Amino acid sequence: MTLFLQLAITGFSVGIIYALIAIGFVIILKCSQAFNIAQGHIVMIGGYLGFTFLVMVGLPLWAALLAAIATAVIMGLLIERLTLRPLVGQPVLAVVMMTIALGFCILEGLAILIWGGEYKVYSGALPAVSLRLGAVYVPAAMVFAVILAIIVVTALMLFFRYAKIGLAMRATAEDEQVAQCAGIRVTTVYAISWIIACVTGVVAGVLLGGESGVSPYLATMGLKAFAVVLLGGVNSIGGAIVAGIIVGLAESFAAGYLDPLTTRGGLATIFPFIVIIIVLVIRPYGLFGIKRIERI
Amino acid sequence: MSLASGTFNQSYAQDMAILRTRTQRVLLFAFLAFLFTCPLFIGETWLTIMTMIGITVISVHGLNILTGYCGQISMGHSAFMAVGGYTSAILCAKLGFSFWAALPCAALFAGLVGLIFGLPSLRVKGFYLIMATISAYFIISWLVHFQLTGLTGGVFGLAAPKPEIFGMVLQSRASYFYLVMIIACLATVVAVNIVRSRVGRAFIAIRDNDLAAEVMGINIWAYKLLAFFIGCVFAGVAGSLLAHYYAWASIEAFPFLDSVWYLGMLIVGGMGSTTGAILGVVSLRLLDYLVTILAPILAAAFPAIAPQASASLSLIMRGLVIIVFLIFEPRGLAHGWERIKAYFRLWPFSH
Repeated sequence: MTLFLQLAITGFSVGIIYALIAIGFVIILKCSQAFNIAQGHIVMIGGYLGFTFLVMVGLPLWAALLAAIATAVIMGLLIERLTLRPLVGQPVLAVVMMTIALGFCILEGLAILIWGGEYKVYSGALPAVSLRLGAVYVPAAMVFAVILAIIVVTALMLFFRYAKIGLAMRATAEDEQVAQCAGIRVTTVYAISWIIACVTGVVAGVLLGGESGVSPYLATMGLKAFAVVLLGGVNSIGGAIVAGIIVGLAESFAAGYLDPLTTRGGLATIFPFIVIIIVLVIRPYGLFGIKRIERI
Repeated sequence: MSLASGTFNQSYAQDMAILRTRTQRVLLFAFLAFLFTCPLFIGETWLTIMTMIGITVISVHGLNILTGYCGQISMGHSAFMAVGGYTSAILCAKLGFSFWAALPCAALFAGLVGLIFGLPSLRVKGFYLIMATISAYFIISWLVHFQLTGLTGGVFGLAAPKPEIFGMVLQSRASYFYLVMIIACLATVVAVNIVRSRVGRAFIAIRDNDLAAEVMGINIWAYKLLAFFIGCVFAGVAGSLLAHYYAWASIEAFPFLDSVWYLGMLIVGGMGSTTGAILGVVSLRLLDYLVTILAPILAAAFPAIAPQASASLSLIMRGLVIIVFLIFEPRGLAHGWERIKAYFRLWPFSH
């Protein structure tokens, strides 16, 4: 029973972090129909930024988060202006290859160039708050992750419902040309969507880095977050949260119960990819996505 | 020097010919002569680079047929190369096959695995297919390296013996270079002719509008799976050659980033054309070589980043090249070459 609860808590915590990464992806997709495969690498850069501001510069946690968010804003603006804006209207492969080149080449190369691509640990810098429910250990990162997820989702919901720019973004997601006719600056909408995605990615990265260290391997977490995106439906933020929790729990239980059955283990690392294939074959639009059925 | 200008065909054979003018035939012959005599006068480094170019050309031809002509974007290509490489190594090392029997078996098996992992293409397109093929890469990698360890040697890898012909082991670089180049030329001929056939036309129809192709009567399920099969057969051949080149089949020979590079090579070279595939491979491999020359210079100029200069510079340069081509020349070098030829053909007229 203790094992079950521990696995559930760990799975929930990992799932919430996957959901945070997935939300960034969903925001960009909703607003500009661009598939951002570089989201995982933005998370990795976020982790390294956390290391820089917390350990190398020595700021307190709130200042480091603010600095990381400021850097994320600048990064989002640069990425959108320099690489994605010239590709407006191009086929999906061009945009995807652009984000792949951005993530796997430029961001990873920068990580190696600036921080040496080494494994950096800074869990001591996050305040150590941990709870024990009986025999079950609740990690500090999970507490922060849940709080952060609630803040992020509430902020986004309020933003999209009440802020003028949020409404403009929803309008652009519906129909770009009509939004342009109504006087909405579509380029601003793209920029803001990228900024939001970079900020959520960087914050998730700081959290993940604080919990388990940063290295270029963190980028593959982003690939796993795509399982969350696909399961939840690529258009739905709420779906990303629900699917994140499901995938996190499933991965944790697979690691705990199925791993001893396989010969060498490692099932947890591969589990999200199996989820991707199953979702794509059975229900490509996910749990909460918009149905688009093509009978071919 | 005369370029082909206008249509003066008088027979079907002339109409269907790949080489139309005498200049084209002379140039091709000169190029082939250069290719097959170059081990005599180029150094060891260039021989290695050319061998790698040859192996990559075979693999990228497969990806070109799958992605460039049939429109099924596949980011799992290096996994299928790994399947081919490991199969060939296992057949040679553990079952005692000769290389010439193992190569076709490895290619066919890689094609079958590609067929199975290409099944999602029947349900999804575009980005979703990319995600499915990325997952295919990681699942295959996990199966090969962590689950079937008895067969594949796990993370450690498997020794692959060098091929033998008429009792003579192909030990030297020059002999392996000839092997790779002969197979690469064969692969190019096969790829060009697949595209010119009925199958190729069906692929192009599926890429342009698969709904319309289905309406016209093309069985897109069969042709999509056939595209995966053909593309992965090429990948299997390339993977097998790679494994025997390194004499070791291991996880480092087939990393995930290679799939990204192959797609990048297609983008730089031009996606829907065979010459584009070759141009893309040559450009990016030469860029790699340029980076290995530049990295020590950079490391000397900025000693703070010396240890990681070459790794990061290689990644950043490749990324920049792909990004620049995507923004400024999305149809690749092949299209640029066509534009140059058209300009000279039509000069001094502008249209």
